[in-house]
Amino acid sequence: MKFLPLVWRNLLRRKVRTTFTLLSIFVAFILYAFLMTIRTAFSMGVEVAGVDRLMMMHKVSLIQLLPISYLRDIQSTPGVVLASHSTWFGGTYQDKANQFAVIAVDPEPQLKLYPEFKVPDEQVKALLADRQGAMVGRALADRYGWKIGDRVPIQATIWEPKEGSTWYFNIVGIYDGEPTVDKTNFFFRYDYFDENRRGAYGTVGWYIIRIDDPSQSAQIAARLDAQFANSSTETKTSTEKAFLQGFVNQVGDVGAIMVAILVAVLFSILLVVANTMMQSVRERTSELAVFKTLGFSNGLVLRLVMAESLFMAIIGGVLGLAVAWVLVSAGGFNSAFLPVFVLRGRDIAVGIFLCTLLGTLAGALPAMAAMRLRITDALRRN
Amino acid sequence: VRWLAQTLAVASISIRTIPQRLSSSIVAIVGIAGVVIVFVAVLSIGEGFQAAMTSAGSPTRVLVMRSGADSEMTSGFNGAEADVIKQAPGLLRNGNLPVASSELYVLVDRNKRSTGTPANVPLRGIEPAAFQARDEIQIAQGRNFTFGTNEAIVGVAANRQFEGVELGSELKSGELTLKIVGLFTANGSVAETEIWCDSRLIQGVYRRGNSYQSVLARLDSPASFDTFKDWVTSNPQLNVQVRRESEYYAAQSTTMTSLIRGVGYTIAALMGIAAVFGAILTMYTAVASRTHEIATLRALGFNTISVLVSVLAESLALAALGGLAGGLLAYVAFNGYQTSTMNFQTFSQVAFAFRVTPQLLTTGLIYALTMGLIGGLFPAIRAARLPISSALREL
Repeated sequence: MKFLPLVWRNLLRRKVRTTFTLLSIFVAFILYAFLMTIRTAFSMGVEVAGVDRLMMMHKVSLIQLLPISYLRDIQSTPGVVLASHSTWFGGTYQDKANQFAVIAVDPEPQLKLYPEFKVPDEQVKALLADRQGAMVGRALADRYGWKIGDRVPIQATIWEPKEGSTWYFNIVGIYDGEPTVDKTNFFFRYDYFDENRRGAYGTVGWYIIRIDDPSQSAQIAARLDAQFANSSTETKTSTEKAFLQGFVNQVGDVGAIMVAILVAVLFSILLVVANTMMQSVRERTSELAVFKTLGFSNGLVLRLVMAESLFMAIIGGVLGLAVAWVLVSAGGFNSAFLPVFVLRGRDIAVGIFLCTLLGTLAGALPAMAAMRLRITDALRRN
Repeated sequence: VRWLAQTLAVASISIRTIPQRLSSSIVAIVGIAGVVIVFVAVLSIGEGFQAAMTSAGSPTRVLVMRSGADSEMTSGFNGAEADVIKQAPGLLRNGNLPVASSELYVLVDRNKRSTGTPANVPLRGIEPAAFQARDEIQIAQGRNFTFGTNEAIVGVAANRQFEGVELGSELKSGELTLKIVGLFTANGSVAETEIWCDSRLIQGVYRRGNSYQSVLARLDSPASFDTFKDWVTSNPQLNVQVRRESEYYAAQSTTMTSLIRGVGYTIAALMGIAAVFGAILTMYTAVASRTHEIATLRALGFNTISVLVSVLAESLALAALGGLAGGLLAYVAFNGYQTSTMNFQTFSQVAFAFRVTPQLLTTGLIYALTMGLIGGLFPAIRAARLPISSALREL
């Protein structure tokens, strides 16, 4: 610890070099945070998916509808605690480009199935009282400036209403939740939807089913599917996690692409830092020899050089992560494409580990060189 | 002329001595190469996706969908309406029959080979005229399917990306049973990710009654578009929209392509900043190690401009090396890489290949040179301003 001022002085010796090395580490870790945020956004909640929730959809594909009569059969299946349904509505707001998830649901069981959606009680009551009521996510409400009480027209894409081509909803609730919860959904009442659409009455998109024992999910799913086997509408039930994972896999391996880019970034930065440290040790050859002559042990010299490298990597890295965290929290990168945009604590921890690793690797060779330095050779060199 | 000769002479010295400063030069080269690889690779995804989507479109083909629908997936009208559309003027006719196909576009779950998880594979129901309307379709293996049976043909890209759609196999899902009798190519377009069968078959299995989702038709000339559109959209029997097929697919690809471009440019910009810092360090080191030499040149009467240019030339040479190496590596590693993703407009899979285009490589190289220029600028100014007497006195 008492050598800290020495390490600090050494870093200040070449201000330009230290500054630029620090800046490149700093930028690299902002980039790291950005890549990890994209990765989280594209994992679409796979990691926070409820372990006790199953999704049941049509066996042929998710665009095929299921009869609402299945609900009673599902609820009476052993192992099932609660079940409800959702139907994809599509729809656009004002402009064709303004698309978001508009979903027809049965509000009461929906909110019980998804406790992560936080809504004030009086807003739930308002939704139950208003057939045209809708509950929207905080992020979506902010994007379009919606407030409670607003009447919102949604253009039909799939489901045309009985009259015209526009559906009208009253915003009666705004839900919130943890940063990892998708707050860009638009929920409205299924009873209004079924009554006002032009056909396909009594059908729903998919069922969400809560089970009592997550370890039995495969058996319960099989039991549910067996009930509807050989009917005109066969089903496929999977855990919510598997369903979301399948959806993410359809987009492509965004995670792997992000990691590959990250490797390229960190490798370049490693070279920059290692080169800086190498130069710094080379310049100080005679000085290090003098240290050793004065009785500094080999181990201490090694630690001094390592400390310098670590110091730089950690200062640059932590500053980069901090700035990125502020930017992400302030919604600096937010866009309509990525519903969930958070820098998770785990990614920050990995980031800190990575900058420590960077400092260690970059310092290793120069520090070894400094340690192996033979006093006589080093002093003779000049 | 003398000024030029001086500049060239000094610049050639600095470039020829690069190998003496190898370790720090490599840092700049690798840094810049890394940026160019990532830049080119990410954008080649966007290029490939766009190419697959837009090569589907022909300006002489039109797509008719229900008004308000944002894609074939959400569109729908009944058989009678489809028949009215086919009577419109401006359509190419083969004898008395219009070259127009009423189609259904649905999804069927198949496992993706790369992940083993279900993916939404598009299944298109067509009419015989579809093959006249889309003249780029060619049967690559097997034979075409017979209308009125449950046979189907599969695009080569779908065959490559998904399980259970091999030639000769039987695709079974719920009430749907398809016999795969052929594989087809479609000029590398999005149709190659689709499975095609008789539209009547889908009407039955997917409970669509006598309804369709779109009519794809060929115009007798690209100029007939307005005639056709005006007739169809002003006909009170119909509630439809008309788009050129090329425009329809171009619009479908914009969301994804602009997302990839946005992310690609942001990453490249951030990496570029880090690489410029690396390059600045390298060039400062280079100038520092040549302090003596530069001061001597100046003392001999070489002007400051030639010193400035020589440092910039070295930095640009390193950047060019990095840019070329990065571009080449990106080309070798990624060009033609086959993958598939989801088209968010229809939730269906689109197979495509990464495309490292000459324009991308050129942009990458220009970006590399820009980084080199910025990285070399401050060290170059410093070298040019070096006070001769004190520089020579050092050491």
